[in-house]
Amino acid sequence: MASTTFVIAVSVMTVFWGLVGGVIPWFIPKGPNRGVIVTMLVLTAVCCYLFWLIAILAQLNPLLGPSLNNDTIWYLYHHWP
Amino acid sequence: MSSSFRSEEMCLAQLLFQTESAHNCISELGHLGLVQFKDLNPGVTAFQRRFVKEVKKCEKMERILRYLEKEMVKSSIVIAPTKEKEIVPCPRDVLELESTFEKLEQDLREINRNHVALRQNLSELMDIDSLLRMAEDFFEEAESLMSCSEPPSEDSMCMTVSSRITSRRNSSSSIIGPPYLGFIAGVIKQERFPAFEKVLWRLFHGNFVLRHAEIQATEELQTDRGLAKKDVFIIFVQGDHVREKVRKVCDGFHASLYSCPKTLHERKEMSNNIMTRMEDLRLILRRTEEYRAGVLMKAADHVHEWSSKVKKMKAIYYTLNLCNIDITQKLIVAEIWCSVSDLTLVHNALIKGSEQSGSSVTPVLNRIQTQQTPPTFNRTNSFTEGFQAIIDTYGVGTYQEINPAPYTTVTFPFLFAVMFGDCGHGLVMTLFAVWIVTQAERRYIILLMGMFSVYTGLIYNDCFSKSFNVFGSSWRVQPTFHPHGPWHNDTLHDCEHLQLDPVIPGVYSGVPYVFGIDPVWNIASNKLSFLNSFKMKMSVILGVSHMLFGVTLSLFNYAYFRNFQDVLIEFIPRMIFLLSLFGYLVLLILYKWCITVPSDVAPSILLLFINMMLFDYQSQHHLLYEGQKAVQICLVVTAVLMVPVMLMVKSFLVYRTYMKSRQPVFGNSLNDQHGADTRSSFSQHQSNETVSMSDIFVYQAIHTIEFCLGCISNTASYLRLWALSLAHAELSEVLWRMVLQVGLSFSSGMGSLMLALIFAAFAVLTVTVLLVMEGLSAFLHALRLHWVEFQNKFYEGSGYKFTPLSFDSLLKTQQ
Repeated sequence: MASTTFVIAVSVMTVFWGLVGGVIPWFIPKGPNRGVIVTMLVLTAVCCYLFWLIAILAQLNPLLGPSLNNDTIWYLYHHWP
Repeated sequence: MSSSFRSEEMCLAQLLFQTESAHNCISELGHLGLVQFKDLNPGVTAFQRRFVKEVKKCEKMERILRYLEKEMVKSSIVIAPTKEKEIVPCPRDVLELESTFEKLEQDLREINRNHVALRQNLSELMDIDSLLRMAEDFFEEAESLMSCSEPPSEDSMCMTVSSRITSRRNSSSSIIGPPYLGFIAGVIKQERFPAFEKVLWRLFHGNFVLRHAEIQATEELQTDRGLAKKDVFIIFVQGDHVREKVRKVCDGFHASLYSCPKTLHERKEMSNNIMTRMEDLRLILRRTEEYRAGVLMKAADHVHEWSSKVKKMKAIYYTLNLCNIDITQKLIVAEIWCSVSDLTLVHNALIKGSEQSGSSVTPVLNRIQTQQTPPTFNRTNSFTEGFQAIIDTYGVGTYQEINPAPYTTVTFPFLFAVMFGDCGHGLVMTLFAVWIVTQAERRYIILLMGMFSVYTGLIYNDCFSKSFNVFGSSWRVQPTFHPHGPWHNDTLHDCEHLQLDPVIPGVYSGVPYVFGIDPVWNIASNKLSFLNSFKMKMSVILGVSHMLFGVTLSLFNYAYFRNFQDVLIEFIPRMIFLLSLFGYLVLLILYKWCITVPSDVAPSILLLFINMMLFDYQSQHHLLYEGQKAVQICLVVTAVLMVPVMLMVKSFLVYRTYMKSRQPVFGNSLNDQHGADTRSSFSQHQSNETVSMSDIFVYQAIHTIEFCLGCISNTASYLRLWALSLAHAELSEVLWRMVLQVGLSFSSGMGSLMLALIFAAFAVLTVTVLLVMEGLSAFLHALRLHWVEFQNKFYEGSGYKFTPLSFDSLLKTQQ
């Protein structure tokens, strides 16, 4: 679980959505629509990050594996590294 | 700008202006579109209002304009679109406009009447013309029959007739023949002809000759009568008195009879006559049509301008009806609702209006205090307009309560996308939405829905039911084979399906696929058992988060209205209830995902939750962590304790304040002069209080039950996120497997043609079933989730909408 790929992936996504939701709102110019735009950015960041996080956590410790056709298994044996 | 989060602060203002400048002032306010007039004469019916005559005049003018427009459409004249905004005419110009309209209407009606009469004439002449020609043919036919030797009884009579005719022809003098044989000629509708023939047959017992022929329909005839075909007929009968009978029969069948001259010469003359008359009529008709087109075209240039002027005038008179007129002082009093920040704009508009009318007195704008609830005004731009409309359809927000619309701009497309979840379809939807937005400039909802769908489709790894393998799957097959694992080549030959076991080292690489669902699941046959578990848990997590957000918004409402008491006795118990039960459920889900548990002893979350509520802790190894029992008991007890708090505390506090307010008044009223009055008035007040006490109690009970049971049912209701995304994925897969895969597996030469046809079917089905039907369905369910599950945590929605007098929206709705 402390594998580097995982750590990199999590940090990239966290930083990206953190930028969208936490940093960019400070740069929106003051105007009549500032409030709505900031709300939209923050909510988008939260929703999309949460959705991605659920997807990756659900696959972290799988309890069952995929059940494959024997032709598929043969193909995967030879073609996936 | 805070006004999109809550309604803007509105104020009631009083306007005073002179009657002469009334028209211009109101028209300026109408162009501004920021002011709602209050009805100062609510008890007066529509017929008794001051300006009802003028409103009627405007309506009459509108009717005339509609008639004009219809006529123009009939003659396919293009109506020129309107240019900039026109100045509303003052009452003097109204009369001029009215008389122009009336004159136009009269002219047009006369022209149309003449036109109809002329056409009728023309069609009659054409009938006579065809009749004459048919008569020629009949007589010629009779002549030719005479020359051949067929002896049926009818024809014999015909022959006798025709012999006379031939003798007639040979001599150019007119011979009638035996005076008792004559003929009657006419025109009858073709569908009535068989019945006509039968009646005549019964009447004369076959003792007559009837010939008929269809009139060849020409262009002109067809436009006149629609498609009713007509026949020309000619009856030969014996005897004069019989003619009367025949005429009666013809009248009964609405056949038009024409006198047909008996000699060839006369017929030719009549035919020529008719030709000339027809030519003349055609000429007159053409002239009439040209004149009519000229009149209409002249009017077409102005019709749009007139129509908008009339609408504006009607709106102004209608508004004037709402005001109070002080006729003696020539002053008009109006009360308006408008936003506080717009007061200066309104004032400027009024000054401009009074300057235009040339009056010297400037109108007065007074702000007045009132206890009435103002209308709710949420300022929207073209982007947020659609989302605000969605919220308002459910209920317009109470004045100054939180407006869910800005949050809906993201959560609504997001929930839609969770249910739609296919990046291929999402892409198509996004492109379609971009096209619409460039055309019509209002449909941003669809654009957002499409963009979010692309994102969720990428995470579900579903593109037209296929997956992308961008980062490399986390599952490997080699480690299961010899020498690392139990499988050999024979294992493959024996079984159709084999399941990979994540316990065997190397099969699962330990790092999940970094963006979305692993692509190996797309080719697995037990894909659904993994996806169902994932999506159900996802729905519960998203649902609980959405509801928590809703309850948090209610905190903002309480804070804004300075209702700190409610924060303590409503908001905090609700949060504790929600978090301790459903927040804990979410934590359990996340915890179970993060730890490694051997699959045979892994407890099901659902069973854990049910046992927690039932306090059932018999089997010890069905627990996830140490001390779980203690924690769970604690949480359930806390949650259950919150219920009486929500139920009782508020009613108790209200009761206490009412008791406190009772004591001192009782003491003073004995010494008071108006003791009796206050006591009686207070006893009334007291009974009111008692009534409202039980009201409050019932109200609290209902809300508590609704909230607690609602938590459970609403959480379950969010499972529709799972259900719809499953349906969409399955439909998409069916389309692939049954349609496109079949098309791609043709190996014959005809394969390319078949593939083209099959792809067409695939595209049509994708658009209609998957995009339109599933899209509508997901839209509806996302809407329901917002309206019911999210909004009943904080939204009251009992306000009324701010509807300003605005000429722009008036004209836009009419177009």
